[in-house]
Amino acid sequence: MRATFGVAALELGNTVDKLMILTGDVSTSAGLDRFKKKFPDKYLDVGIAEQNLIGIGAGLASEGFNVITTTFAPFQTLRCCEQIKVNLGYMKQKICMVGLASGLVLGTFGYTHCCIEDIGILRSIPNLTIISPADSSEAVKAVLSSLEHKNSVYIRLTGGANIDQIYEDDYNFKIGQSITLKEGKDVSIFASGTMVKVALDCSIILNKSDIDAEVVNMHTIKPIDINKVNESAKKSKLIVSIEEHNIIGGLGSAVAECLVGIKNSPTQIFFGINDSYSEGGDYNFLKQKFNLTPDFISKKIISKFKDI
Amino acid sequence: MENKNEITKIKKLAKEIRKNILTMSLAAGANSSHFGGSLSTVELLATLYNSVLKFDVSNPLWKDRDRFILSKGHACLGYYSVLCEKGFFPKEDLNSFEKNGSFLLGHPVINKKKGIEFSNGSLGMGLSLGIGVALAAKKKNKSYKTFVLIGDGECNEGSVWEASMSAAHFKLNNLTAILDRNNLQQTGSNEEIMSTKELGDKWRSFNWDVKEIDGHDIAQILAAFNYVSEKPKLILANTIKGKGFSFSENNNDWHHKIMTKKQYDDALKELNVPK
Repeated sequence: MRATFGVAALELGNTVDKLMILTGDVSTSAGLDRFKKKFPDKYLDVGIAEQNLIGIGAGLASEGFNVITTTFAPFQTLRCCEQIKVNLGYMKQKICMVGLASGLVLGTFGYTHCCIEDIGILRSIPNLTIISPADSSEAVKAVLSSLEHKNSVYIRLTGGANIDQIYEDDYNFKIGQSITLKEGKDVSIFASGTMVKVALDCSIILNKSDIDAEVVNMHTIKPIDINKVNESAKKSKLIVSIEEHNIIGGLGSAVAECLVGIKNSPTQIFFGINDSYSEGGDYNFLKQKFNLTPDFISKKIISKFKDI
Repeated sequence: MENKNEITKIKKLAKEIRKNILTMSLAAGANSSHFGGSLSTVELLATLYNSVLKFDVSNPLWKDRDRFILSKGHACLGYYSVLCEKGFFPKEDLNSFEKNGSFLLGHPVINKKKGIEFSNGSLGMGLSLGIGVALAAKKKNKSYKTFVLIGDGECNEGSVWEASMSAAHFKLNNLTAILDRNNLQQTGSNEEIMSTKELGDKWRSFNWDVKEIDGHDIAQILAAFNYVSEKPKLILANTIKGKGFSFSENNNDWHHKIMTKKQYDDALKELNVPK
């Protein structure tokens, strides 16, 4: 998704008026080397200084610039959390933040570089929108939509270089409006980011056990598509959330916050990182460790479904 | 002669600001207010708004206006006072200070029509905003200038130094930071809490052009503002916290303190202005 962001940036450089892309010494990781060369006036590297990154971005935004900031997800969100609160949330200066390599993909580097907390933390800041795209084409759509959006947006990029593509054909992406990738009447699975593919794989496994699962790409986590959650809650016997994030505060929590308002709402099972920093390791190792695999999740769903 | 008249005018404005500070401090009642750190900024703000900043009170969103950011947002008493004196809002609004629903809270809330460019209060954020605003001027070929008022206690924040380093790196000669060096912070002197010794050297080593002055001497303040540099400029203003009233000068009890009616009356007498 990171390389795709770089390609998208090149296009934006040609088409978006008063664009400024700001990084914190990560131009190569963000795929921005070509952009930097082609549009030096629209590119600003603030060095390894994320608090300053958000402050400068907000200052430029206040003067009418379309600002995109990017660095690795922990530094893009946690390091400058209060600058995000005051400048983007409280003051409503509008910028688009792209968090690179969120979730577990940098697990071999240790948990300083993983990011399992960003959604939970940013979700509690008013006037922020949070998007977790399912694949690289959706990441591009998210960036484009963010520039037209009224609030600041955090775009959370997950997955490695060879990320599975969910969409083959073009489709309509709208912030706050989830996409039902597969209809189903028994179980509703809500997922975001790379876990959308996992959810789709689960639905195939579940089908073999005669469980008809709906798969929803909840690309926007804030504001959550409450209408879709309500609709699914009415027809499904079980709600499932899958996320590459701490189970506290992320997509599952956002879905649960909708469900509690519904009378006799179905049970929800949360799949995500179980509020811990485990031993480090590569992406697949960590997904296995945190049970974020189609096999494990499907087994759990089947077992839970039988109990209902 | 002209300079003398200008100085007299600024001194008069400074007196009005101090009077307004007393009004708001009393209005705050038990909520209390940041009295001392506001009083140290009075001459700096009076000079800035009288003689330096370009603005049009009838067109507060004028694109070519100079931008001012109060990074040490707790010192808003002086800021609101000078905005009021320059006609951004009427005097009676000062009595709403820290009242429910007021636009004049204990730290500035963005309100461009009233002359408040940004929300501030959490220390160490204003200079980064100023860098963004100054960069925007360069990108848009605009001649407006950006001024950011910071505190010496605020220089404890690491984010101040991230911003400081980058302003010089980006060659922002359209940016002036004013450092209110009153030597005191919330619970003690800089020296006791976190030494900010040789502040001028620190900023110089970050490649700023540093002008050190007496922050209550208007002629010196004017000269520092008028000085043109090819680098970002830091006016290191040596000031007195609580300046203007015998009970509050260099008395850190007045960092944030409730003002009684008697103290208010005594202070007005000392200021020698009509009620």
